[in-house]
Amino acid sequence: MAGNSPLLPCRTEPTKLATFPKWLEPLVMLGPAGLWLGLLLVAPTLIIFQLSLVPGIRPGQVVNPSGLDNYLLIFQPIYLQVVGRSLFFAIGTTILCLLMGFPVAYWIAVMAPKRWQNLLLMGFVLPLWTSSLLRSYAWITILRPTGVVNSLLTSVGLPPLDLLNREPAVLIGMSYSLLPYMVLILYASLEKLDKRLLEAAADLGASPSQTFWKVTVPQTLPGIAAGSLLVLITSLGDFVNPELLGGASSMTVARLVYNQFLGATQNWGFGSALSMILILVVSIAIALLIKYGDKNASL
Amino acid sequence: MTSSTAKPHRSLPWQAPFTLLMFGFMYLPILVLAFYSFNKSPYSAGWKGFTWTWYGKFFRDSAILAALRDSLIVAVFAVTIAAVVGTLMAVGLARYQFPGKGLYRGISYLPLIIPDIAIAVATLVFLAAVAIPLSGGLVQLSLGTIIAAHVVFCLAYVALVVSTRLANLNPHLEEAALDLGATPTQAFIQVLLPELMPAILSGCLLAFVLSMDDFLIASFTAGGGAKTLPMEIFSRIRTGVKPDINALSVVLILASGLAFIAAEYIRYRSEQKRLR
Repeated sequence: MAGNSPLLPCRTEPTKLATFPKWLEPLVMLGPAGLWLGLLLVAPTLIIFQLSLVPGIRPGQVVNPSGLDNYLLIFQPIYLQVVGRSLFFAIGTTILCLLMGFPVAYWIAVMAPKRWQNLLLMGFVLPLWTSSLLRSYAWITILRPTGVVNSLLTSVGLPPLDLLNREPAVLIGMSYSLLPYMVLILYASLEKLDKRLLEAAADLGASPSQTFWKVTVPQTLPGIAAGSLLVLITSLGDFVNPELLGGASSMTVARLVYNQFLGATQNWGFGSALSMILILVVSIAIALLIKYGDKNASL
Repeated sequence: MTSSTAKPHRSLPWQAPFTLLMFGFMYLPILVLAFYSFNKSPYSAGWKGFTWTWYGKFFRDSAILAALRDSLIVAVFAVTIAAVVGTLMAVGLARYQFPGKGLYRGISYLPLIIPDIAIAVATLVFLAAVAIPLSGGLVQLSLGTIIAAHVVFCLAYVALVVSTRLANLNPHLEEAALDLGATPTQAFIQVLLPELMPAILSGCLLAFVLSMDDFLIASFTAGGGAKTLPMEIFSRIRTGVKPDINALSVVLILASGLAFIAAEYIRYRSEQKRLR
C-alpha cells in the first residue's frame, strides 16, 4: 500500500462535528441490513417452521393440528421415492462434476502456461453468467427427439436416443450448471499445490497414478470436499433443471415444494415441512464444511 | 532418475484435449442457441437458411419487453438498496465487536447457501400470513415485494465481495485520516469508500446478474400483476421449443457476457492499482 496523502485530496478543515453517541454508528451500519434480514429471512423461516408443525392447507386453515404430521408424511413410499431421486441426482451430479472438473482445474492450474491461467479460468466460467433457464432450454434443443444429438446420430445411421424428460437429461443439465463452480474451487486449491512435491514424487520413482493418489489428492482434499459439498447442496435444491429437462417422471424435493404452493396440489404445511428439511440439511452440510474444511478453499 | 525435465505432468498428456472437450461442453448450448436463432426453419434441427425473423419477432413482442422492463426495475432497485445496505453491513461487521456477531454474520450469508426454493416459500408464507394481513392490505404482492425479497440475496453477495476487499485493505488508512482530524463520516466517505468502490461495483454486477436470472423467488413473490423476464421465459419454454426464445437468449447472453467482462475489467484495474 503506497502513499496515504493522495487519498485525501480535498480534506476540509478539521472541524469537529457534533459528536454522535457511541452506539449510533454501529446501529446505522448494521441496523438496516439486520432489519432487512430479520424481516425477510429470519421471520419467514420461523413462520414456515411454525406452519410446518401446524398442518394447514393455508395459514389459518388448520386441518389436523397434530404436531409432526407433515414431517411424517415424507415417510410415505411415494415421497421417499422423491427424496431418493433428489439424492440420486445430487450425488450423481457431484460425481460427474468431480470427474469432469478435476482434470480441467488440474490442467489450468498445473499444466497451462502461467499467464494464460486467469484467462482460461474466466473463459471456462463465462457461461455461468447466462440465464439458468436459457441454459436448460438450450439442452432441450440439444437433447429432444428431433434435436442436435439425435439428428447427428440418425445422420450416421445410428438409432436415436431417448434422452429428454428422463434422468440422463437432468444429470447433464445439472452437471453443466455446476461444473464451473467445481472448477473454480478445485482451481483455487490446485493453484496452491506445491509443484515441487509432484516433481519430487516423480524423481523418487512414483508412477503418475501413485503421484496423483498419494500427493495431489491428499494435498487438495479440502478443495475437493468444499467443491463436492457446494455442488451437492446446490443440486439438491435445484428446481429448474429437473422441471425443464426431467419431465413428469423426475419429481424432486424442490419440484414437490413448488407444487405445494404454485402447482396443482396445494398444501402449504407439507411444503413448509419439506423446505425446513432442505434448510436443515444444507445448514448441517455447511456447518460440517466450516468445521472440517479449508476456509480458503471454500471461498 | 533420467533427467530433471521429466516433469510429472508430461506423463498425463490427456488432460489438455480433455479440457478442450470440456470447453466445448460449456459453450455447446450457447452455440446451438445462436445457430438456431438465425435458422429459417423454426423446428428442424438442420440448417434451412439465414434469417433475422426471430430477432424482429422478439423485439416486437410486447409481453417480452414488458417482462424485461419489470426485471430491470427489480434488479436496479434491489441492487441499489443492496449496495448501500450491504456495504454498510460489511464495514460494520469488520469494525465492531458485539455480542451475537457470529450469529449476525452467519445469518447474513445464509441466502448464499439456502436453496432458492426454500427462501421463495418462506418469503411467500411470511407475506401472505403476516405482512399483508398486518399492514391492512398496504403491502401487496407486486414488484415491490419482489424487490424486497431480492435485496436479501443481493446484499449477501455485495457484502461477501466487499468483506473480501476489506480484509486485504490497510487498516491504518482510516486511522490516519482520523488522526489528521477527519470525522468518522469524512473518513468513511473520503478514504474508505473510494478504496472499496471496485469491490462494491463488482458485487453489484454479480447481484444484478443474479437478480435478472432469478425465477423462483420472483414467481413466489410476484402475485398477479408483475411478471419478470425469467417468469415469462419459463411459461413459454415449458411448452416446447420456441425460435424467438433463441433470439432472446443470444441477446441476453451477449448482455451478460458484457457484464462479466466489465466486472473482470473492474477487478483487474483495481488489482493493478493496488500493485502499483
